[in-house]
Amino acid sequence: MELPLTVEIILKAVVVLAAFLTLPLAIGQTEHKVMAHMQGRLGPMEAGPHGIAQLVADGIKFVQKEDVTPAAADRWVFRLAPAVALIPYLVALAAIPWSAAWVAADVPASLLFVLAVTSVGIFGTLMAGWGSGNKYSLVGGMRAGAQLVSYELPMVLAAASVALAAGTLSLTGIAQAWSWWWLLWQLPGALVFLIAAVAELQRVPFDAPIADAEVVFGPYTEYSGLGFAFFLLAEYAGIVVMSLLFTVLFLGGWSGPWSDTLGPVWTLLKATMVAILILWLRIAWPRVREDQLQRLAWVVLVPVALVQLALTGVGVVVWG
Amino acid sequence: MTIEETGPESRQAGTERTPGALDLLKGLGKGLATTARTLARPAHTRQYPHTEPDLPERSHGVVALLEENCTSCMLCARECPSWCIYIDSHKETIEPTTEGGRARQHNVLDRFDIDFSLCMYCGICIEVCPFDALFWAPDFAYAEGDIRNLLHEKPRLGTWMTNVPDSALPEGYVRPGAAVAEAAATEPAPAEPAAAEPAEPADPSTPEADPSTPEREE
Repeated sequence: MELPLTVEIILKAVVVLAAFLTLPLAIGQTEHKVMAHMQGRLGPMEAGPHGIAQLVADGIKFVQKEDVTPAAADRWVFRLAPAVALIPYLVALAAIPWSAAWVAADVPASLLFVLAVTSVGIFGTLMAGWGSGNKYSLVGGMRAGAQLVSYELPMVLAAASVALAAGTLSLTGIAQAWSWWWLLWQLPGALVFLIAAVAELQRVPFDAPIADAEVVFGPYTEYSGLGFAFFLLAEYAGIVVMSLLFTVLFLGGWSGPWSDTLGPVWTLLKATMVAILILWLRIAWPRVREDQLQRLAWVVLVPVALVQLALTGVGVVVWG
Repeated sequence: MTIEETGPESRQAGTERTPGALDLLKGLGKGLATTARTLARPAHTRQYPHTEPDLPERSHGVVALLEENCTSCMLCARECPSWCIYIDSHKETIEPTTEGGRARQHNVLDRFDIDFSLCMYCGICIEVCPFDALFWAPDFAYAEGDIRNLLHEKPRLGTWMTNVPDSALPEGYVRPGAAVAEAAATEPAPAEPAAAEPAEPADPSTPEADPSTPEREE
């Protein structure tokens, strides 16, 4: 099964792009339906059987809409922002392994790579906030920036704990080194990582940057048409990436019965569970105030993550 | 776990204890549990265009006109906050029925239109009508493609009377269709339409009839 290198690269790129375009839609559709039923509604029912094509219809609607650039906007920054928000998740998706063999770009230190790349996405939000020429956008963008600075630290610390336990920075290596009792050993780190991931995605309860009652729609206020759709897509692509990353780091990725053949299925299943949990939080919980949000990061998450790191260090020295 | 350190102190501060970290976690858990429980149950939604809604008979859907009760007194048109009722009438003379009697005049309704593109469904016209000529009907599906077609005239306003619940109708009034059916069902019926007839003609001298009607409840 030896393919020429160029063919292999193109094939992998196409597969990753296909996954990047379908998985966020699947998450979005799941959110529509799960949220509706959790609120006693049915959700979209008209576009296809049980509204299965609702997001396709939405996409067609977005394409038809006028793409307005405000006169006060910093034109190029404004136009470029949606792409900057979206592309990093595509790159991150390529480096996350679905099984030992199913990884598009198996770079060394892929954990570092994925974390670094996903952090670039926030620049899109900041650019949107700054470039829109709108005070609400600016405030929202600054909130998003502050949120990222606060939550990146506990997230990286929690990820570092797993890397320390596995003795490698490669995601494939981490998932292979994982065993079931890490679920307990790395539990505080896992919780910190999950909370920080939700905060970084600016999802409820950490959606102060787009708090509609305060800043309209934050950095995305001035966007319409495809630009707006790209930001939405980036949000759901972010959920996909973070769920997969959480699965690989804390849930053992593709480990499970018959993982040799069913590996990717296990990854997908676990990641789906994590994604649904992230969606569930949005439906069940209220929004956290801006100061509470910062307090949670610095007073709770960072200390817990540091304790977890120490715990992992002790564990590695004692058992390793 | 770490926030709990501040919890007990703030609880002792006042008699009404402020919620601590544990209450917070409990509340978050409750939110998750409630949404999960709702997820497990069937939805409350009814898919409207595919299944008709099951409305209570007293629903405020549209304003129906009982034309024979209208005296063209203009009270509804004057009280309407959005000025959407249009009434035209003329006077006709009733010749004396007995010899040496005096001829009387009465109003004949020429035009009674309600512009439902302006109507805000406040129901003041129905409340204010002393002659029980206006009613709430539960009909609601009368949308039009052109806003001008929402100006409905007497005949259309009259058709909505069919769905006005019996309990809302004035005492003694018998529907045109129901009168025949009832006559067949009960023996002393012939007297009934006769009794209903004098009550309903536009007779300004009998405004006492209205307080007894259930329409006044609200």
